[in-house]
Amino acid sequence: MEECCVQKAGLDACISERQNSISSGGKNKTAIHCADDSLAGSVSQRACVFCGARVVLNPVTDAVHLVHGPIGCATYTWDIRGSLSSGSEMYRNSFSSDMKEHDVVFGGEKKLVACIDEIVEKYHPPAIFVYATCVSGMIGDDIIAVSKAASSRHSIEVIPVESSGFISGNKVVGYRAAAVALMKLIIPKNGETVQKTRKLNFLGEYNLGGETWLIQRYLAEMGIEINVAFTGDSTVAALKQAPGACLNIVQCTGSMHWVAANLEKEFETPFMSVNFFGAENTADSLRRIAAFYDDPEIYRCTEALIAREMDRIRPIIQRYRKKLTGKRAAIYVGGAYKAVAIIRQLKELGMEIVLTGTQTGKKEEYDDISGMLDENAVVIDDANPAELEKFLLEKRVDVMAGGVKERALAFKLGIGFVDHNHDRKECLAGFDGAVTFAHEVYVTTCSPVWKQLKRTLAPEVC
Amino acid sequence: MLECVPEGASGHTTGKINPAKTCQPIGAMYAALGIHGCLPHSHGSQGCCAYHRMHLTRHFRDPVLASSSSFTEGTSVFGGAANLKTSIKNVFQIYNPEIMAVHTTCLSETIGDDIPNILKQAEIPEGKIVIHVNTPSYQGSHITGFSGMVKAMVSYLAQSDGGEKKDQLNVIPGFVNPGDMREIHRIVSELGVKLIMFPDTSDVLDSPLTSKYEMYPEGGATIAEIRDSANSSATIALGAFASNDAADLLQEKFGVTGIPLKLPIGLKATDDFLMAIKDWFGVTVPKSLAVERGQVIDTLIDTHFHYQGKTVAIFGDPDHVIALTEFALTMGMVPKYILTGTPGKQFDVEIQKLLKDARIEGSKVKAEGDLFELHQWIKEEKVDLIIGTTYGKYIARAEDIPLVRVGFPVIDRAVHPLMPVVGYRGCLRLIEQISNALLERRDRDCLDEDYELIL
Repeated sequence: MEECCVQKAGLDACISERQNSISSGGKNKTAIHCADDSLAGSVSQRACVFCGARVVLNPVTDAVHLVHGPIGCATYTWDIRGSLSSGSEMYRNSFSSDMKEHDVVFGGEKKLVACIDEIVEKYHPPAIFVYATCVSGMIGDDIIAVSKAASSRHSIEVIPVESSGFISGNKVVGYRAAAVALMKLIIPKNGETVQKTRKLNFLGEYNLGGETWLIQRYLAEMGIEINVAFTGDSTVAALKQAPGACLNIVQCTGSMHWVAANLEKEFETPFMSVNFFGAENTADSLRRIAAFYDDPEIYRCTEALIAREMDRIRPIIQRYRKKLTGKRAAIYVGGAYKAVAIIRQLKELGMEIVLTGTQTGKKEEYDDISGMLDENAVVIDDANPAELEKFLLEKRVDVMAGGVKERALAFKLGIGFVDHNHDRKECLAGFDGAVTFAHEVYVTTCSPVWKQLKRTLAPEVC
Repeated sequence: MLECVPEGASGHTTGKINPAKTCQPIGAMYAALGIHGCLPHSHGSQGCCAYHRMHLTRHFRDPVLASSSSFTEGTSVFGGAANLKTSIKNVFQIYNPEIMAVHTTCLSETIGDDIPNILKQAEIPEGKIVIHVNTPSYQGSHITGFSGMVKAMVSYLAQSDGGEKKDQLNVIPGFVNPGDMREIHRIVSELGVKLIMFPDTSDVLDSPLTSKYEMYPEGGATIAEIRDSANSSATIALGAFASNDAADLLQEKFGVTGIPLKLPIGLKATDDFLMAIKDWFGVTVPKSLAVERGQVIDTLIDTHFHYQGKTVAIFGDPDHVIALTEFALTMGMVPKYILTGTPGKQFDVEIQKLLKDARIEGSKVKAEGDLFELHQWIKEEKVDLIIGTTYGKYIARAEDIPLVRVGFPVIDRAVHPLMPVVGYRGCLRLIEQISNALLERRDRDCLDEDYELIL
């Protein structure tokens, strides 16, 4: 009884209204509240619609990404992802209409038109994505009409992205805005059709640290080709070929489930969820893809690949597992699919997961997460730093997986940190990625630098 | 990378490509972090707050806390008053800062939220303070926002006690790193003058690791100090763009003499800073500082042949760029392209004067420019060195020119925020960085027979 109370007290939120956004692991728990709007006045780790749309579309390499608003939105999203390109580097430039007071008062459409015209003249891009921001949305600039007119004037794709920040503080809404924009690009126009092939599309994959390329190699070995990845290392022309795939595999479901469902509706392309984070997940995903093609040669190649890679990495992972067994880990990431993948990987490394949270998880996803954790673990939606700090210390966490804002917090608390954010530079996918991830977790968890924390020049202060 | 700017002298006339500035609110947020026990508050959409915190965290590699009014679609229709009032209630109840520093965003400005009026109606707990500044992102830059928040500190907090002016000095340090602010502290204390510096982010964003996370670290100018700034005998405003407005207000409201100076980056600007204090307070410059100055001159002489006559492009925030240009001239370098993203005619005037005094002709100078433009200039005629923020790295790679990182943001190298570029020690650091960058290039480029052990 007492212990129960202690545990309950331990889960107290710092803000009473947030109590329902925190739960514990194990099955059959009361439902967690999520997808609520953040409280006004809270220090949220969440962002906005614009942010969500920008991260999904940014890796389209040869498009110009034009942010229609005051300068900040463009500056903060300039080359923010570790998405690699095999060709054009256009996406790594930052274009802004740089709205001024005059534009806010008299409308920014004219300036937007001028920017588009100038960009077309200078760069001749195959497409321009025009992102709405808070202000352009607020004053009612009609970016749809401007884009449509510019499209026909220049005979290129000018695609509006309705991503005004105030629409929601939840990035998922921005993923949808990006998805709508992608569909606009993909759906063939003027009666054109795209020939079906045996290739697949890889949705929700952003080529961080070359991850798309790695999976592409695996698939090639199995005898399967990628038609186009959404959106890692993609080009406008390649995206337009999307209807030609016979299968859509979906990794980041948060950003791409809707696109997959629409591609099925429009082009009768079936889709399946995959997950290439962790060796087990990778093997499982490759087998399911092989099963879809149901070809004896593909089966044989797939099994040969998995056996070879597993044999190769098993001893390496074992070495890390020895060092990491029993260490306590926390996870705070954007989407739930990523959280689930990291939980699996950390478990494969023998670690105990004592805290898991996301910015944008859905109820069913939180059920899955809770099911994977034991009863003492904390599950939290839209955590604020105070809550994270409280649980990180209370749960004596050794290492945390999260994004840029969590990194500084974890380090300040003397806790190791591994980057699993959309701006990371390392390839964490596939069999090689599993090794890289284990290495990163090991380096930060077992760094000799933590020993220095225990030394002090002024013992009386402790 | 090579395609980032098309060939040819085309220029562009509208919008920005690869900006050399960012928006006002982040400057206001940074300034507010320099008040002890302060929680900055962003009155707008959540994304702004998240971006600013992330950007500051990337530069300082320390946690940055700020709350947001978390606007939704409804807020945007009905106005942000209710959100701000709720925020004030929540912030003091949950995070319990001594002071909350509200800045607006382009969204709340466009809606037209009347912040002073909302603050009047808000329930602010006894003994707690809320200050505000309007920071519409469609005007000025992050430097304007910084300046505005510092001015708000004066207008809300400074209070004359009616007596004689005290024998103490206000310094407004400008948008510089905590390492710079720490160095300014040290210099003034060596001169034996009592200092009130605000904002002051030393011990806030360069705080030591103790395994205990302090939401409000030890550092920051206290409210009592900022209040007392009205009683100081003088204010030194370092950098016109970031600091003059607050100093002017102190002079106008309380008769505190304002002394506008450049950021003390480089030998001359540091001399000017020390002499201003010496002259105003009648103190003598201690031997320790004279020794430091002597070391700078000694080093300049030891190394001048490494950089003299080299051409350099300097970009970044206006106060930094003006002072860096002056120091580059002191070093005998040729500032060929000088650019800031922040608007302001004064920039051109100041730089032109420096160039004219040094008899340098044909340099290109621009305020409110962007890095597309800088890149085009460099494509037309190359320089030997670029001095600027991390964003210069694309040009540096495309054109194969060494880059010395100074200013905000530096998000691809660590330790910067702790190492001062101000004062005489800052001179040594800049000389080291600049000459090493050029020598590394020489070692890399030269033929085997020219590869020297001793340089």
